Amino acid sequence: MMRLTPRPYVSPHQLLLVPVLSVLLSIILGGLIFAALGYNALDALYQFFVAPLSRPDQIGNLFVKACPLIIIGTGLVFCYRANIWNIGAEGQLIFGALGAGWVALYLPESWHFMMLPLMILGGMIAGASLAAVPAFLKTRFQTNEILVSLMLTYVAGLVIDWLVRGPWRDPMSFGFPLTPYYPDAALIGKLSLPVIGKLGQLHWGILIALCVSGLGWFILSRTLAGFKVRVAGDAPRAARFAGFSPNIVTFSVLLVSGALAGLAGMVEVSANMGQLQPQISFGYGFTAIIVAFLARLNPAAVILAALIVALSELGGDSAQIAMGIPKVVTGVFKGILLFMLLAGETITRYELSFDLRMTGGKMSRGDADV
Amino acid sequence: MSPDREIPLLTGRHISKRFGTFTANDDINFDIHAGEIHALLGENGAGKSTFVKLVYGLLSPDEGQFLWHGAPVEIRSPQAARDMGIGMVFQHFSLFDVLSVAENIQLALPAGISLSEVKERVITVSAEYGMTLSPDARVGDLSVGEQQRVEILRCLLQNPSLLILDEPTSVLTPQEADQLFAVLRRLRDDGCAILFISHKLDEIKALTSKATILRAGKKVTTCDSASTSAKELAELMVGAALDNSMRTPPVLHKGADSLFCVAQVSRPAATAFATALQDISLSVMSGEILGIAGIAGNGQTELMEVLSGEAIGDVTAGKIELDGVSVAGLGPDMRRQKGMRCVPEERNGHGAIINMSLSENALLTASHEPDNVSASGLVSWVKCHALSRKIIGSYDVRTPHHDPLAGSLSGGNLQKFMIGREMMSRPRLLIVAQPTWGVDIGAAQAIRAAMRTLLEDGTAIIIISQDLEELLVMSHRICVLNQGQLSEPLPAQDVTAESIGLMMGGITNSVSERAV
Repeated sequence: MMRLTPRPYVSPHQLLLVPVLSVLLSIILGGLIFAALGYNALDALYQFFVAPLSRPDQIGNLFVKACPLIIIGTGLVFCYRANIWNIGAEGQLIFGALGAGWVALYLPESWHFMMLPLMILGGMIAGASLAAVPAFLKTRFQTNEILVSLMLTYVAGLVIDWLVRGPWRDPMSFGFPLTPYYPDAALIGKLSLPVIGKLGQLHWGILIALCVSGLGWFILSRTLAGFKVRVAGDAPRAARFAGFSPNIVTFSVLLVSGALAGLAGMVEVSANMGQLQPQISFGYGFTAIIVAFLARLNPAAVILAALIVALSELGGDSAQIAMGIPKVVTGVFKGILLFMLLAGETITRYELSFDLRMTGGKMSRGDADV
Repeated sequence: MSPDREIPLLTGRHISKRFGTFTANDDINFDIHAGEIHALLGENGAGKSTFVKLVYGLLSPDEGQFLWHGAPVEIRSPQAARDMGIGMVFQHFSLFDVLSVAENIQLALPAGISLSEVKERVITVSAEYGMTLSPDARVGDLSVGEQQRVEILRCLLQNPSLLILDEPTSVLTPQEADQLFAVLRRLRDDGCAILFISHKLDEIKALTSKATILRAGKKVTTCDSASTSAKELAELMVGAALDNSMRTPPVLHKGADSLFCVAQVSRPAATAFATALQDISLSVMSGEILGIAGIAGNGQTELMEVLSGEAIGDVTAGKIELDGVSVAGLGPDMRRQKGMRCVPEERNGHGAIINMSLSENALLTASHEPDNVSASGLVSWVKCHALSRKIIGSYDVRTPHHDPLAGSLSGGNLQKFMIGREMMSRPRLLIVAQPTWGVDIGAAQAIRAAMRTLLEDGTAIIIISQDLEELLVMSHRICVLNQGQLSEPLPAQDVTAESIGLMMGGITNSVSERAV
């Protein structure tokens, strides 16, 4: 049996040095894999790590990619801190896009000055309502929220498919499954930074994402509600002893993460597409799970984690385009990188020991058997 | 005496162990011989647990060496220790909650022994030692006391030549403890060495032949436990003369009305191995201590949940009133606001969150105080930290630094923190389960003294405990919880440890029968 015991003390040097070592190790390992497959390892690594950062507009695109991951990841942090396993953020994102899209397509023109706030509201309500299903079933019938939320993702995918092919399809789209373009009031504009000006596709949504992450950090660490979430996840019995209702916590975190996934869906469509189509997400709802854990379930660290994951995605794209490296190979490299970062994190904070049988030792809640 | 007897079974030479800058064991020399019961005495944090973990291979010493039968040896892991013939029963149990008793024991035995064989051995050995245990019961459903029996049994099945027991009697009745002592004496006569950690000095005097006393990580002395008086032992351990007046029973406030009253409360068993509560009635006056005795697993946990409000949904009948007003429908936080405070038995993850700081643990039962949490829901961590400092200061909680994780405190210090946290609010009713379990003598006296001080302010106190001596010293009235039923209370001066102990063991059914 492998056993992880928390280290009593971790020096700040180690916390800084280990991620650097993790990246170096994955570069060496990745380089070996690229070389073994007959690619120029240095060129491939350049495409992965340098090319996506080599031009200002590409840095902007990095943030565009990270934007939905930050928003969804922050919501998932709340769930996972409370030990509630919402795996259906992808579906909640789609529902959010639908809720916002309904406002965008059908809001009377006289109300257009309220367009974006109402779309945000519509997106968040729609996302939260999908997440309310596993919350209700779990608190009422003790169902497993992993299964329910994951299966609802497929339901959401079919609902958007039906809407854009059926009732909401643009009659002028020549049979393509697309809704009409949103009115201008429903679009999120490109962000023009002082001095630098526009950075690629960078849009106002990134400010929403940064606010969400900051607000999430504040709520989790500075409010009673955040404290209840952490206690419920860490020691459910202590939460009952304190009088914090587990059902209220379950509902709250699922609704919050559903609403945030819905917000991400609204931002994605309004900033990047301008109309609904069958495919509006590139697995952001699933990738955000990795982001939440890479951030060690800290809402403030979600920003950095989202940027790292976004870089590995863009780097993978760039290596595919520039060198023709197959998607599966870039996928393997992305996996190595994330694995190294998470493993490095884990062995910095925990001591790993091997034992072939039960140790009979003291097992505190801080220990984990792997 | 044979030559084998002259060479100690286990010797520790100049053993030191440090954690960061903290020295837990400092240059300890120690001998234990085959066929000897040796006590290890010391306050919480004195380094007893660290020392036995070194012996059991859970930790390795920074300096010094162990000798086994006179030959140097390095104990690298608990597995190595078990292979050498060292068995250990921990104070904190290392059992898998989801597995049955027999499965837990099977895991610790050499591979290839079938489950039915294990069950058979569990039944024979547990019957031999008078410990009733169903091999099919799920460990998670067992009470603390029953889980400890599983631990003891698991060691005995491995025929160890050195057996380490960390406070094994703390959850047993006097009769059960006597049975355990008989077992231990039999093992000793067979040549097994026993290292016995306990805070109960009379036990140490009755059972052990030698005692090694530790204080602040250093060995004070090894003495002959039979010829040293209990008072001398206690003073060696604490390092100061003890105040015996602490043991006098407190005076009852006269003319007080019944403050808290429970009538005919029932609660069905939540799982197959939980205890159903039937027709529980009790009342306690302002300024009075009501003691509830009983062996672990007779409904203590369930009763505590009913009184604290954690089980409001499960109570099927009866009334619970504070000052004549029903609180039966209120959850734990609402009852707390009415001045009802509870300290549950389990520290890890119930009364305290071991992965969180003491400030956060202070907030756990003080979140309704406007000082700590504003009306808009913002937590003032500065105020929570101040509250935790106040608890630490008032109740002499020893902490490694200013705001440590609760899990980094020793058991006794965390207990002082948890009790202090509830006492700090000057409660009207305090319900405490096992107030001094695993707490050293000095701390136990401090906790008892603090509870008596509360009485002067008119607080009513209910103590649910398996420590009879404590109940007899502390309570004004005592009742017994047996198989989910609570007996009529009796004045403490009318009962003896012997009579209550027999009732706890279910030997006699009615308290009045014994008392009359």
